[in-house]
Amino acid sequence: MDLKALYRNIVNEHNLHPTHKDLPEGASLILRGVNPSCGDDIELALKLEDGKITGGGFTGSGCAISQASVDMMLDLVIGQTEEEARRLMDMFARMIRGEASDEDLEALDEAAALADIAHMPARVKCATLGWRTLGKMLDPEINS
Amino acid sequence: MKDYRKDFPILDQDETIYFDNAATAQKPACVMEALTDYYSRSNANPLRGLYDWSLRATEVLETARQKAADLIGAAAKEEIIFTRNTTEALNLAAYSYALNHLKAGDEIAVCISEHHSNFLPWQMAAEKTGAVLRFLEPGPDGRLTAEEIRAKITPNCRLAAVAQVSNVLGRVQPVREIADRVHEVGAVLVVDGAQSVPHMAVDVQAMDADFFAFSGHKMMGPMGIGVLYGKQALLEKMPPFLRGGEMIEYVTKDSASWAELPHKFEAGTVNAADAAGLSAAIDYLAAVGYEEIRQRELALTRRLMGHLKEMPYVTVYGSEDPAEHCGIVTFNIEGCHPHDVASILNEDGIAIRAGHHCAQPLMQYLQINAACRASLYFYNTEAEVDRFAQSLKKVRGALGYGS
Repeated sequence: MDLKALYRNIVNEHNLHPTHKDLPEGASLILRGVNPSCGDDIELALKLEDGKITGGGFTGSGCAISQASVDMMLDLVIGQTEEEARRLMDMFARMIRGEASDEDLEALDEAAALADIAHMPARVKCATLGWRTLGKMLDPEINS
Repeated sequence: MKDYRKDFPILDQDETIYFDNAATAQKPACVMEALTDYYSRSNANPLRGLYDWSLRATEVLETARQKAADLIGAAAKEEIIFTRNTTEALNLAAYSYALNHLKAGDEIAVCISEHHSNFLPWQMAAEKTGAVLRFLEPGPDGRLTAEEIRAKITPNCRLAAVAQVSNVLGRVQPVREIADRVHEVGAVLVVDGAQSVPHMAVDVQAMDADFFAFSGHKMMGPMGIGVLYGKQALLEKMPPFLRGGEMIEYVTKDSASWAELPHKFEAGTVNAADAAGLSAAIDYLAAVGYEEIRQRELALTRRLMGHLKEMPYVTVYGSEDPAEHCGIVTFNIEGCHPHDVASILNEDGIAIRAGHHCAQPLMQYLQINAACRASLYFYNTEAEVDRFAQSLKKVRGALGYGS
């Protein structure tokens, strides 16, 4: 998919009409994620109950790819266990490195549309901002 | 009209529209040939050789120094110190001059629109010496007024640092007026000339700058050479910035004395190859001529800003007068993040810069996160400007907006 098709088919919808752009009531964890070099700046909130992500949302500003990617990520991880979320995170990272399997891409659902970012080095950090922030929030060593 | 594009091999390879000239300029073939010629005929370690090749390498270096001195109107070539680039030149001034001359309670005045290269060294100097930073704020047209200069450069000021041309707003600052105020209060003036030297004749003595820095690569020279000019009397009193080879007079186990200017500030093997390239770039610049460069850039900038004016969703920063932009046009498209704009333009083969332009304090002052910047040089064409405008008109559509 070329870049314009990527925007048209997936990114614009999530950027202009995000589902999760709101911080949920009673969030267990809130973390800021920043791309210092380009100014993408988000706050990601998660509601965690018994090892499960029961809610989530984000605020902030950034380019369309960064915003759409967080929104799609929340579509995927809300309702999943922390372990499953970490698995999705690894799949997304593989996809961005251009190493994803067909199963990975299927599991990533809509977020798999960002696979072509692997060929756009300048936009990798935009696409991964939400996922990197999530990774820090779910890392037991950082958490405790 | 003369076609300069054929002088630039990179512009010949495809249809790419290169509008990121403020980041680095393209290199004419003569600059690349000068590098090849140096390595093919004269390469040896300069300054220390007793044989012909080393003497030739030394001559290449010192010829470039004289040309750089003449280019900016320095009184003597000993006032020209070669560095890697503007950033290193400004750091040299900060470490060697500021750290040794500032004390707690002194003030450093910098413009809010400075590139981080002409801001962070002074922030560091303030932290280490206890001096206080004060910020000169330009008006909406990008210019510093006489009142602002008087107000922010106070009798406590010991050093002021301003860019002759802002890398974001493109506005030429009244450097001579600033220098007069700076000297009235007994301070020194550091001028960042990275964006001015490629576009306009500079005379450091007429502007009365104490230090003046610029980069070779922004004026079509090689990537690895820059210049710090300093008034001789100041340079004489400053300690070395870096210590090492070829910058000493005499060394014992527990002491050292330093070489004469400019070698005191050029530790280690110097970049004679890039000096050869810089010489060629200076000659090329002179052959084109600053007046020709100014006229071409102005025509292109006028055309570009005219196109932008027809797009109601575009905001242009700085002056409304194309003559006050030095070919630098910074803008935003309503609702579109600059990185998306740049990526979409790249699909059409157009290279612009997007982001904070290493000027985050200015972004905060303008209350924006980031911006797009198209920066022109004399080898760009009206056809390129028109193609750029056509592509730009389609960006909002590509990002899902109605128009």
